[in-house]
Amino acid sequence: MKILFFGQLVEMIGAKELLIEDMTDIDTLKAFLHQQFPLLAQSKYIIAVDQEMISDNRKLENHNIVALMPPFSGG
Amino acid sequence: MSQEPSYERYHRQMILPDFGLRAQQLLLASKVLVIGAGGLGCPALQYLVGAGVGHIGIIDGDQVSLSNLHRQALFTTDDVGQNKAEMAAKKLSRLNPDINIEAMPVHLTNQHALDILDQFDIIVDGTDNFETRYMINDACVLLKKTLVYGAVSQYEGQVAVFNHLLPTGERSANYRDIFSDPPKEGSVLNCVDAGVLGVLPGIIGSMQAAEVIKLITGIGEPLVNHLLIYQFNNHQLFTVKIMPQSKTSSFIPIDAIAFKATDYAWLCSSSQHALEIGAAEFDQLIGQKNIDIVDVRALYELPVVQTFNHVRIPLPDLKEAAGQLKNDTVVVFCQSGKRSLQAAEALMALWGTARKVYSLQGGILSWIRFVEKQ
Repeated sequence: MKILFFGQLVEMIGAKELLIEDMTDIDTLKAFLHQQFPLLAQSKYIIAVDQEMISDNRKLENHNIVALMPPFSGG
Repeated sequence: MSQEPSYERYHRQMILPDFGLRAQQLLLASKVLVIGAGGLGCPALQYLVGAGVGHIGIIDGDQVSLSNLHRQALFTTDDVGQNKAEMAAKKLSRLNPDINIEAMPVHLTNQHALDILDQFDIIVDGTDNFETRYMINDACVLLKKTLVYGAVSQYEGQVAVFNHLLPTGERSANYRDIFSDPPKEGSVLNCVDAGVLGVLPGIIGSMQAAEVIKLITGIGEPLVNHLLIYQFNNHQLFTVKIMPQSKTSSFIPIDAIAFKATDYAWLCSSSQHALEIGAAEFDQLIGQKNIDIVDVRALYELPVVQTFNHVRIPLPDLKEAAGQLKNDTVVVFCQSGKRSLQAAEALMALWGTARKVYSLQGGILSWIRFVEKQ
């Protein structure tokens, strides 16, 4: 599945998007990303699956597009 | 203020399909408060004043500075040092003398926010910090006001309409439905640290003005229950559907008394201040042996430091490169002290209490000022 990163997270990951297959659910994906990118674990972000914000764990399929978005404060 | 619109002034918008005299009268009868006459507020104000919103409030306690001018196109070099709200009101009243523009040259605080916001129909958030953004969001929820939110970070911007009255009688999602509580200070870059091109807040502030006009006149589909992300580099738009969350109400003060008692500065501050050192302590440490000094800024950032020994490891590479750091005391710095605090926390997470990690408060800029004073 495609994972999109926004804002400051791009710098942390070193890429705007990643392709990661076979993540069964959001919690598994988060644990994987936090292990690979520890700075991400300390960052605040929301998750959207197929352009809908989700707040609880949910199952993922390889066709899903997952987006990680941090808060912005600048103006 | 006249409710009979100037046909000549507003002609080009009044001839639009679905707009006409009806929409123009709605604009003239509306009261909009723009909080912050900065990178977002300036363009928003210019279009709202031009469009003929009948009553516009501008609140900003800051003065115009030279570094504002590349993105705050209302101001000129002569205005440096003047209050932003007053200067903006002066210029905007020349743009459209037919409407009522009210300048409030003060910082918005939770002691008067409810009284001020209550006098307006729609609130525009053009601020530049989480403390004020959370306070404005909570005030709008308590007062049942529609909030038009905009924010930028480097090459991206966010826009949304929060807490809008739905046909069901309920209110749409607000900022706390997305980010229930503020991030720790320093964990998110602001414009001072991260930089911003003038045109990006110009685009986002204009989008906020567009949302206000859509909300007042009923044309189009405002970003209710949606968060829009605009990417400057490739002009891509990414829209995310958001929904009110049942847990949100527990984060918002229950009434005006609780709101005034909420310490918004504390909510947004870091719990890790113990790690930070001032410029004087930093100055002593850089002369010592057996210390690693690390610049965590990106390699292209200025000023380049040449006066003391250090290594450059940009924040994103820090975890992988941490093995290069051999000494028991590590001092990290960045431009203003926010990213270095994040770096210090990351190193502490890696090493625990086995090593001492310090972050230079105020960044290298504070040390340069310190040295200049000596």
